[in-house]
Amino acid sequence: MSSPVEPANDTHATSGTGRSVRFRVSRFKRGDRKPHYQDYAVEVAPGTTVLDALTAIRRDQDPTLILRHSCYHASCGTCGMRVNDTEVLACVTEVAGLDGGTVKVDPIANQRLVADLVTDMVDFYDKFTAVDQPLVRDSDAIPAATVPPGVPGFTRFENCIECGLCLSACPIVATDPRYLGPAGLAAAQRVLEEPREADAFSVLRLTDDPQAAWRCHLAFECTAVCPSNVDPAGAIMFLRRRLASDRVKSIFGSGRRP
Amino acid sequence: MIVGGGGTGGALAHDLALRGLRITLVERGEITSGTTGRHHGLLHSGARYAVKDRESAVECIEENRILRTIAPGSFELNDGLFVALTDEEADYEKLFFESCEASQIPARRVSRAEALRLEPNLNPDLRCAVQVPDGTMDAMRLPLRFFATARRNGADIRPFTEVVGMSMTTPKRVDGVQVVDRASGRRYDIGADLVVNAAGPWGEKIARMGGVDVPIQPSPGILVAVRGRFANMVINRLHASGDGDIVVPQRELSVIGTSSWVTDDPDHLAVPADHVEAMFREGSAMIPSLRGATMRASWSAARPLIGERGASTGRELSRTFKCFDHEAEDGVSGFITIAGGKATTLRAMAEATADMVCRKLGVDRPCATRNTELLPHTAYYA
Repeated sequence: MSSPVEPANDTHATSGTGRSVRFRVSRFKRGDRKPHYQDYAVEVAPGTTVLDALTAIRRDQDPTLILRHSCYHASCGTCGMRVNDTEVLACVTEVAGLDGGTVKVDPIANQRLVADLVTDMVDFYDKFTAVDQPLVRDSDAIPAATVPPGVPGFTRFENCIECGLCLSACPIVATDPRYLGPAGLAAAQRVLEEPREADAFSVLRLTDDPQAAWRCHLAFECTAVCPSNVDPAGAIMFLRRRLASDRVKSIFGSGRRP
Repeated sequence: MIVGGGGTGGALAHDLALRGLRITLVERGEITSGTTGRHHGLLHSGARYAVKDRESAVECIEENRILRTIAPGSFELNDGLFVALTDEEADYEKLFFESCEASQIPARRVSRAEALRLEPNLNPDLRCAVQVPDGTMDAMRLPLRFFATARRNGADIRPFTEVVGMSMTTPKRVDGVQVVDRASGRRYDIGADLVVNAAGPWGEKIARMGGVDVPIQPSPGILVAVRGRFANMVINRLHASGDGDIVVPQRELSVIGTSSWVTDDPDHLAVPADHVEAMFREGSAMIPSLRGATMRASWSAARPLIGERGASTGRELSRTFKCFDHEAEDGVSGFITIAGGKATTLRAMAEATADMVCRKLGVDRPCATRNTELLPHTAYYA
């Protein structure tokens, strides 16, 4: 099947398809007072994603447009943005699946804007690394599978891809930057669920704070936009139950915390 | 001065920073936005190359071992299975197994029954299998560890900084690069004792700015990610090499790869419908339930292979890497190109290039990357 020339049946095509879509893209450069929108027309095929369209704009129409992207399959988390005011990964958002008309593209919210669609992720990582969650988990192997000789036990990467969509969608983060936020709290829940070498007590203490597990207003926006099945809202509920039950235990002296 | 923020550029910045050099790295987009982030995420054992390309195989297993020590916690270390489905493939198993042994790749013969115990989703008609130390890497987060460590050691990493030309005092001397900071629109020059072109499949374009030609052939391949882990181990087809012969589990996804063609424009990669269909067809030959899997994404990545123009499929081009000293080869000083290679061998590519850089600059410091543990990827954002 290896073709000598680039094949024509491109499911992600951005030209020659006859179906043109208008993209309204947020633009900002260092020194600008505030962002403004700029419109571009891009032809799309059934499989063309928002990321395909944006990189086609950069390639064919406007080399000054910048955005973050890397893996193209919802695994790295760099292309998180707001498309028609909803937090998504551009690489797995097909233009054909969006509701008609113009496609509006903005950077994720609640992070410092660098330029165009690029935000500085330092604040996200400050909160995320408050809990030292390992990248790899030991659980969740295919249950019927035997571990082969020479392999200590099956492992796999954690679900969280550090995209920042949950922080962008969270109504509390929008009003109070001190809030630890859904990604950090979800990481804490994972560490408590599977502690490995981590110090579970210090993780629990970190979450037992008015700016941590108790700050959430149960909007569930984080879980709604998470592209990787992390369920931060569920994790926050888990933490609250755990903290509450530990308090009961400590009041009645039926166990040491945690 | 390094042009290109992929795995090679990151590993090179790390190597040279450890040797005490002052490094600036520029990248047109975000770090790892080219080929690096887009590959299937396989930590090669080298077994794929053992029969036909001993040199690549030996290089892979050596680097596989080193990466496990310097980047702990960055891999799904679940090993890999090469699975023979046909009589012809079962016959090939002997040569394959012996070639692994000859390449120092720890390989273990696995019977049909055991293979099905290890991986219950495999095609029950499989003939036999071989276990090798393949693994899954995070295609972005492993290279990020090199960038994070390089930055901690003083390297100046500048993403969204596009090279638009070379600064040349004479047509035979590169003195630095002309860049545009895409975050502000500012155009400026960066002077350098030596410019290293590590732009992967874009390397030919960068080389031309310096007035030299390098035989880099961008060779795209398609990848398909489906929802669900259909295996714990990396599953490979036990045959010479072909399309759709690998399934790499990663997070809650399984990535099926790949195909191969050649192109002149790495910025314009198609995702051909028939290639997508082939990934499902060939992938499900090894794991039948992949046929009904839900597709999460399909995309293409361009390998930066070294070869002559006129190659048709990319499969005949070399997978190993090469450093081009443009002073010796083309009479243009202050300029070298690193081309080819694979994600698994990024550190080795960097070592060879850094050796050349040090020779040219008269710096006498040995490589220290084999034994230096890398910072976690999150440190890049600190």
